[in-house]
Amino acid sequence: MRLPSVLRGGVFVALLVSLPLFGLQHWFLNLLVFVLMYATMSSAWNLVGGFAGYPSLGHAAFFGIGAYTIALIFKGHVLTTGYEPFLLLPLVGLVGALIGWPIALISMRTRADVFAIVTITFLFVVQTLAFNLHDLTGGSQGASLPIAPFSAANFELPFYYVLAALLIFTMGLTFATMGSKLGLSLVSIRSDEDKARGVGVRTMGVKVLAFSVSVGITAMVGAVWAYYQSFIYPQFAVDPLITIAIVLMTFLGGRGTLWGPVLGAVILESGQQLLTYQLGAVQLYLIVYALLFLVIILLLPRGILPTIEDRLRMRRRRRRADAAAALQGDPTPSNQTDSAPMLRGSAS
Amino acid sequence: MHALIQGVILGILTGGVYALMASGQTLIFGIMKVVNLAQGAMVIMAAYLAYQLFTRFGVDPFLAIPITTVLMFGFGVVIELLFLRPLRREDKSELSLLVTFAVALLIEGALSVTWGTTYRSINANYANSSWTLWGYQITLVRLWAFLLSLVALGLLFWILNRTRFGRAVRATVQNPESARLLGVEAQWVSALGFGLGAATAAAAGSVYGLLYPFYPGSHYDLISRLLSIVVLGGLGSVGGAVIAAVIVSTSSAIVAATISPAWSEMTFFVILILVLLIRPQGLFGNVDRGAI
Repeated sequence: MRLPSVLRGGVFVALLVSLPLFGLQHWFLNLLVFVLMYATMSSAWNLVGGFAGYPSLGHAAFFGIGAYTIALIFKGHVLTTGYEPFLLLPLVGLVGALIGWPIALISMRTRADVFAIVTITFLFVVQTLAFNLHDLTGGSQGASLPIAPFSAANFELPFYYVLAALLIFTMGLTFATMGSKLGLSLVSIRSDEDKARGVGVRTMGVKVLAFSVSVGITAMVGAVWAYYQSFIYPQFAVDPLITIAIVLMTFLGGRGTLWGPVLGAVILESGQQLLTYQLGAVQLYLIVYALLFLVIILLLPRGILPTIEDRLRMRRRRRRADAAAALQGDPTPSNQTDSAPMLRGSAS
Repeated sequence: MHALIQGVILGILTGGVYALMASGQTLIFGIMKVVNLAQGAMVIMAAYLAYQLFTRFGVDPFLAIPITTVLMFGFGVVIELLFLRPLRREDKSELSLLVTFAVALLIEGALSVTWGTTYRSINANYANSSWTLWGYQITLVRLWAFLLSLVALGLLFWILNRTRFGRAVRATVQNPESARLLGVEAQWVSALGFGLGAATAAAAGSVYGLLYPFYPGSHYDLISRLLSIVVLGGLGSVGGAVIAAVIVSTSSAIVAATISPAWSEMTFFVILILVLLIRPQGLFGNVDRGAI
């Protein structure tokens, strides 16, 4: 089990690193940047929404907090190399996590539905603040960041690699969590929090930690996005649609899996970009998006990956049952083949 | 002091409208354990219906309420049957949040396509008339809106307390399993209950359209207010929602009158946080329900 996942990870990293070397066109690189953005945020959301079962609807608020943090730090600065904002990403992540910590401490006193209420309300509060705190955010006129001094030919590349690094970091974190006591604690919270606390899981500490890390990563992505856009408005930096996109991608791919959120982001973000090109009008796109959302939840409530895994497991079990039935059916060759499935079973 | 009392008057009058919207939302939660994030969108949708009836046929928004209420009741039942009923029980509370959010987006998109994204308002000829009472202004529309909300709430209480359907609803809220054992058809109570919630949104929507200009995205403003009210009142408690609506809208009107209108939005969130810190089950919520 260990080796294939390392191999899979290696192939994925190699693919991410080498993808831009194929001389891709600008629109495609731009698409990849957005896919990576959403893949990272979905993976981060998955830590708290997928494993711990706390469906945060407020992650877009932290995306905006990250965006405005980087805008504030570099207000009126002129960049020399253009890499300075990337170097300060850990600081942005820390800011996001520090703001997320008390929010989690208060809102996680409640269970799934009320938690969702508190987080979505927080999202709207942050949006209101972004509009009202003129001195900090520039209000509805927006805030500008220094324009990245990268050459026009390779403008997207630095953003691509930074986001790829963030995604690999988040997935590494997820992988490490899945194999650790922390991951087990989170899953136990999802299945039965009271019982988990009863057997000695430190539920509050674990889930608050997961939330803080998750929103910290989201803030970092927001910062990269703001730098990439170089001009941000409250309605786009703190957008409920971002929350919905993140949640939808995680659900589509499969909650609580390592690859699900990435798969969901690849499918939905490229689909979304195509849709906006095709439909143009924002309103029609809203309808299509909502319908897609409803169809996914009703037809694939557990996501693509868990459904496929289930199918495969069922097929394997059926094949094994068939083989067993065949063996029982005619007893003569059973002496020769009897030991073979046993051996195979113990080896796998 | 004058501004403060004026704020209190305004807050109480507006509170009636919010009480109407929130009572539907808390009712839906009580019956189905579903937090309906589309409640605000349904209010705005009803406001557009009233707008259309007013501009096209000249129907007064107050008189349009019976029409919009019936339409929205049907809409609510259809939404429940199509999107909420198929959810499996073990992850219903989590998935229903996402489903109702998607329904809100669907409504927003449909409204934008039909009526565009600019602000609309219903300009009835009495929209600007007001009384002055001991130096305090009371706009006629708000007073009517308040009275109408009282009537609608009274009707809702009558349905809940005096009809067979209402008894089935209350039984389901108190204990779904026992209700089912005693022959309450939970599936139909859910569908009709969701319709009833949509109907309160419809009544509130007509009034909302008279009081404020609106556009398809207005439901985002509404939903955070409604959620704060519902949590403060105690999820599932209709009476609690009414009291909470008056408390919340009065305090936000006071903040708007004394500090700045821009900060009145924050009042909702501050109240929500305080409730969660001091009394997480809300004013009239049950502790043993397990949701909180």
